[in-house]
Amino acid sequence: MINKDQKNKASSLHTDSLGAGYGKKVIVDGITISISAGEICTLIGPNGAGKSTVLKTIAGQLPAASGKVFLCGDELAGLKEKDVARRLSVMLTGRLTTDRMTCFDVAATGRYPYTGTFGILGDHDREVVHEALKLTGADHLCDTDFNRISDGQRQSVMLARAIAQEPEIMLLDEPTSFLDTGHKLHLLTLLRRLAKERNIAVVQSLHELDLAQKFSDSVVCIHNGKAERYGTPEEIFSGDYINTLYEIKDGRYNTYYGAAEPDGIKGEPEVFVIGGGGAGIPVYRRLYREGIPFAAGVLHENDVEYPVASALASVVISEKAFEPISDEAVNRALAIMEKCKDVICTTENFGTMNAGNLKLRDKGL
Amino acid sequence: MKKDMDKQRKIRAVTGFALLVIAAVILFILSLASGSSRITADTVFGVLTGRITDQSAHRIIMDIRMPRALSALILGGGLSVSGFLLQSFFRNPIAGPFVLGISSGAKLTVALIMITSLRYGFAMNSWMMIGAAFAGALLCMMTVLLFSGKVRNMAQLVISGVMIGYICSALTDLAVTFADDANIVNLHNWSKGSFSGADWQDIRVMSVMIFAAFILTFLLSKPIGAYQLGEAYAENMGVNIRSFRVFLILLSSILSATVTAFAGPVSFVGIAVPHLMKGMFGTSKPVILIPAAFLGGGVFCMGCDLIARMLFAPQELSVSTVTAVFGAPVVIWIMLHRAKERSMS
Repeated sequence: MINKDQKNKASSLHTDSLGAGYGKKVIVDGITISISAGEICTLIGPNGAGKSTVLKTIAGQLPAASGKVFLCGDELAGLKEKDVARRLSVMLTGRLTTDRMTCFDVAATGRYPYTGTFGILGDHDREVVHEALKLTGADHLCDTDFNRISDGQRQSVMLARAIAQEPEIMLLDEPTSFLDTGHKLHLLTLLRRLAKERNIAVVQSLHELDLAQKFSDSVVCIHNGKAERYGTPEEIFSGDYINTLYEIKDGRYNTYYGAAEPDGIKGEPEVFVIGGGGAGIPVYRRLYREGIPFAAGVLHENDVEYPVASALASVVISEKAFEPISDEAVNRALAIMEKCKDVICTTENFGTMNAGNLKLRDKGL
Repeated sequence: MKKDMDKQRKIRAVTGFALLVIAAVILFILSLASGSSRITADTVFGVLTGRITDQSAHRIIMDIRMPRALSALILGGGLSVSGFLLQSFFRNPIAGPFVLGISSGAKLTVALIMITSLRYGFAMNSWMMIGAAFAGALLCMMTVLLFSGKVRNMAQLVISGVMIGYICSALTDLAVTFADDANIVNLHNWSKGSFSGADWQDIRVMSVMIFAAFILTFLLSKPIGAYQLGEAYAENMGVNIRSFRVFLILLSSILSATVTAFAGPVSFVGIAVPHLMKGMFGTSKPVILIPAAFLGGGVFCMGCDLIARMLFAPQELSVSTVTAVFGAPVVIWIMLHRAKERSMS
């Protein structure tokens, strides 16, 4: 008991078997997570699983259906609106339209919990807002109308707004939606740095699994009405779990590459591809597009091509990692090659380990 | 450079308010000086300074023209602030008490109570009128709110408001048709919108209502500003959304109800003036815009009332006719401006 209390104190954000939903309809139940200052926790899960609902409940915008939320050790339900606002800021998904507000005005709304009755900004408030805008690289947009900037710039301004609120916890609902790859990377790098430098605990939801894997300290998987798994990215992105989480039916998610591959063309292979080292990948993709079943080999299990080949080829002849290609594998490959109409060799480089493939090429071509 | 921007904004705000006050003073004096009987500016000043007390000019100015000018100023201000509140509340630039049918609702209940009082012979007073108007305004507001929960699209919201307005107007016409002949003229004038006919007792009542509502609205500047970013962000900034929404509904209803009780439905002031002020002051900050909308509404309505009286004198136009002529183009301008902005981003 004492131990648990201490943990609550140490972590900026803690939820205790939290249930999130609308009214009596509970959408996600039993969420118990702890996030310390400087850490990023990412919620992943299929569309409609309830990631936004969980974030809204943590932010206090929806009442908790069950369980508790603790912000810096204090229970959310017992805090005044203003105290919540000083501890927690949000960045929501969706486009914001404003009316005659400059980017500075928008970012300055973050100072709300600190200003007086009429919300007049003091010198210190201005300083904080400018600093926040500088941090997100949006300082030059200060006097520009918020409606006239790009989506990437909008996210920078909204992030500056969330920072200007000087929170200890930041909640971001799909901060990368609407952004191109470059801006996605920029935003998450910034967030990573912010969390560390300002000691902010960040909770976000992301659709980009590869980015979730790279930028999170912990990952919560929302699925089937519960926090199905909660752990480090290394724990979550291993084995076959992501396919289960997203109920992937038409392919497989490769956790090493952070990319999904479709199911390959089934059937008797018509083409045999001798690949290795990455040169075969374009050929595999081409054959997949043409709808031609093919065999690939002999590939080492640690070859860069191996995951793509095993996703797309109907047969893959493989060899154990770091072992020279055995005669047995070559013979298996030959047996299949004989039935194929075509043989394509994509590699020019043959060394000790793939000497077997040279034999294959000589026989095949 | 940043400091310059702040300074510029301050200068713009001060100049803006100064211009509005000057315009208000000029229009006020013009309102006192113009009318069917010729009164010179000198006489007006004489009456105002108390030098002239016994002539008929004194009676015309003090008992007819001044209450009329004051009611245009006060009610115009109230109408415009109520428009600003509704625009903030619905996050819809063309929301306003007239467009959303709230004025028409107030008109209906006021017409009903007027007819009943005439038929059963009890005397009406300003408070009863305001009470009836408030009930009608609130009823329509609630109906619009009911729709707004179902429709996310701002055009649909406005359409439902306009339809509610038509229904209320039709019912009002129906009630007027069945009223006694003598009352019809009276009711008919009022139901088109007019600032005439107020006495000093009315001015006192409307001042109390409008100024109280105005001050409460002004005190809500900060949460209204937060609400401009949407409900979710406002909530995260520490605004108690539930009570804030109730306050906003009550205040905008009180404002448009008071105006309707005294002047009938006056169109387009609630939409046009807040936008004109946003353009003039270059901001949508409530701390500036609420007083600006009030002053601007007063100036706008005094000006329109002056035109309504003078253009075809001695024949008088209804003030709504004039406010529509100046207000409707503003709505079109808002649309074009929005379309341009959208195509730019």
